[in-house]
Amino acid sequence: MLKIKNLHAGIEGQQILKGINLEVKAGEIHAIMGPNGSGKSTLASVLAGREEYEVTEGEVEFLGKNILDMAPEDRAREGLFLAFQYPVEIPGVSSNNFLKTAVNQVRTYRGLEPLDAVHFLKLMKEKMAMVEIEQKLINRSLNEGFSGGEKKKNEIFQMAILEPKLSILDETDSGLDIDALRVVANGVNKLKSEDNATIVVTHYQRLLDYIVPNFVHVLYNGRIVKSGDKSLAFELEEKGYDWIKEEVDSVA
Amino acid sequence: MGKDDQILEELTSSDYKYGFETLIENDSAPKGLNEDIVRFISAKKNEPEWLLEWRLKAYRHWLTLEEPKWPNVKYPKIDFQDIIFYSAPKPNKELQSLDEVDPELLETFKKLGISLEEQKRLSGVAVDAVIDSVSVKTTFKETLGELGIIFCSLSEAVHEHPELIKKYLGSVVPMTDNYYAALNSAVFSDGSFCYIPKGSRCPMELSTYFRINASGTGQFERTLIVADEDAYVSYLEGCTAPQRDENQLHAAVVEIYAETNAEVKYSTVQNWYPGNKEGVGGIYNFVTKRGLCKGNNSKISWTQVETGSAITWKYPSCILKGDNSVGEFYSVAVTNNYQQADTGSKMIHLGKNTKSTIISKGISAGKSQNSYRGLVKVHKNATNARNFSQCDSLLMGNKCGAHTFPYIEINNSTAKVEHEATTSKIGEDQIFYCNQRGIDTENAIALIVNGFAKKVLNKLPMEFAVEAQKLLALTLEESVG
Repeated sequence: MLKIKNLHAGIEGQQILKGINLEVKAGEIHAIMGPNGSGKSTLASVLAGREEYEVTEGEVEFLGKNILDMAPEDRAREGLFLAFQYPVEIPGVSSNNFLKTAVNQVRTYRGLEPLDAVHFLKLMKEKMAMVEIEQKLINRSLNEGFSGGEKKKNEIFQMAILEPKLSILDETDSGLDIDALRVVANGVNKLKSEDNATIVVTHYQRLLDYIVPNFVHVLYNGRIVKSGDKSLAFELEEKGYDWIKEEVDSVA
Repeated sequence: MGKDDQILEELTSSDYKYGFETLIENDSAPKGLNEDIVRFISAKKNEPEWLLEWRLKAYRHWLTLEEPKWPNVKYPKIDFQDIIFYSAPKPNKELQSLDEVDPELLETFKKLGISLEEQKRLSGVAVDAVIDSVSVKTTFKETLGELGIIFCSLSEAVHEHPELIKKYLGSVVPMTDNYYAALNSAVFSDGSFCYIPKGSRCPMELSTYFRINASGTGQFERTLIVADEDAYVSYLEGCTAPQRDENQLHAAVVEIYAETNAEVKYSTVQNWYPGNKEGVGGIYNFVTKRGLCKGNNSKISWTQVETGSAITWKYPSCILKGDNSVGEFYSVAVTNNYQQADTGSKMIHLGKNTKSTIISKGISAGKSQNSYRGLVKVHKNATNARNFSQCDSLLMGNKCGAHTFPYIEINNSTAKVEHEATTSKIGEDQIFYCNQRGIDTENAIALIVNGFAKKVLNKLPMEFAVEAQKLLALTLEESVG
């Protein structure tokens, strides 16, 4: 589904990703972990197509298409979803209106008829129940005055509505209490299928108790320096990142 | 002698070379302004002596005034001797089908969601006999007539209802009020008159009718709306479709008079030609709009969506004279490219327990300048007056400007006045967030801007709100990128 080959990228002339290689297949969950400043969020932003980041080398293929030349909205329409670390507030715009616009632009791109108000409402109700989000959050302006937990729940709700092929969760666990974490993780697990894939970007092992990954990758200094299964996450939780840093730095 | 005095001297001393008598035969007046031109306009309209005297008085007063310098706008000095102040409305060349219309204009109509029939009417295509606008007009007139509601052109009203015109014309905006109001009083071309009798509720938005009736009112439009006791009317001026006019200067006057328990809701969508992207051309829109809440418990509400004109200078105001009267002002003003807007409201509290609300949303893009200017004044007798003002500015890009000039004068210690103001920028973050959900930048801006202006757009009559939303998006197209 996703093939990243030798990806180099940076911002304002500063190189952050220094040769990432990663393959994600349908049905898989990958966790990307690493210390602060290792390039985790940069990777998420580059995949989503944030303009400030410049790709200097490498390829990213998503569902057989090179996405590096695509506008961010086209990547989204192809089925790539980013759950933001810091979702923005858009005053005066209801979730309903925002999501209806999004869903229908995506549908139009895929050659489908736009949903009318009745069908869209039905979709909303169904997904709201699925991810356990309250109606009152949906009625308010998008993310405006939401708590950290409410914003993250809303990201998962949007993901449920848009049904992406590949979801990237960028530090979705940061700032969540244990109850909110459980709700968010439940949502992600329910949306999981054999046809889609998830990349969980996180600093802590905690989230991975709820969203169990098939693969764990450690990102350090712009490269994936270690890959393993779920046990790698436990090892990191126990020993911290220093031993990996030492291992890498001694080789270098 | 000062330059202005010199011009004044030249104006008043030189004889008008064509003379009044031969002038009357023409369809339009020659360039320039003097007493003969005022007489010419009045004669063309067959006006009674008293109205001619009124115009002349206004003209003479205008000569003593100076163009206001305080608005935060810049433009070359207007040469009033280079303007044609009267030309008879020309019938447009009738086209046979929409195929003959400029495709770019049709594209804009499509984006605004204007119906096919109205597209035809706006672009001067002959309309199907069944839905001929004349028959629509007649139906409206009959319905209104049964309720005793008068709705006609101001020129018509001068002849048919002279007692009402004499009583109310200039009663809210006196001919001496300001430079452009005086000019308008001297040379006003035409406009609308609306009278809602005691206890009558006008059953329809006077919008549809007005839109059919709107063409050919000229550059010095004058509107007078009178709601008698317990009357109600919702009135809509303008059109979302782009309007072009060869006259660069527009100086309109709107007066609203509300008697006891009366309510008037006045909505405007202004989309005059704003000039090109380099700031060449475009309408100068210098307007005086004022409502008088004369009777107790009366209410006047202004809602405006301003997207057009090169320069806008406009402060729809309410004089809250009756006790418990209410004034409201809801405004969205958008400026793009080189447009300049200096707009806001005045709320003058005279009566007891009077209440006013000002919600102003300014959106600046390109290299434009957008100013809010508002006055809240509480007179010493206005016990328990209350005002709430909210002025928000949204900036797009970093070459535009937003300015706020709030003036507050309080002469009664029981007054409660609140003022809130914010300035924000459409963030790359907001746009990227929308993009990431599959929404393109154009639609993202439309969403964000309409969210920002929601409080005002909600006040528009339903069928118009949708068009206005599209208009906002259209005006700001390509302004971020």
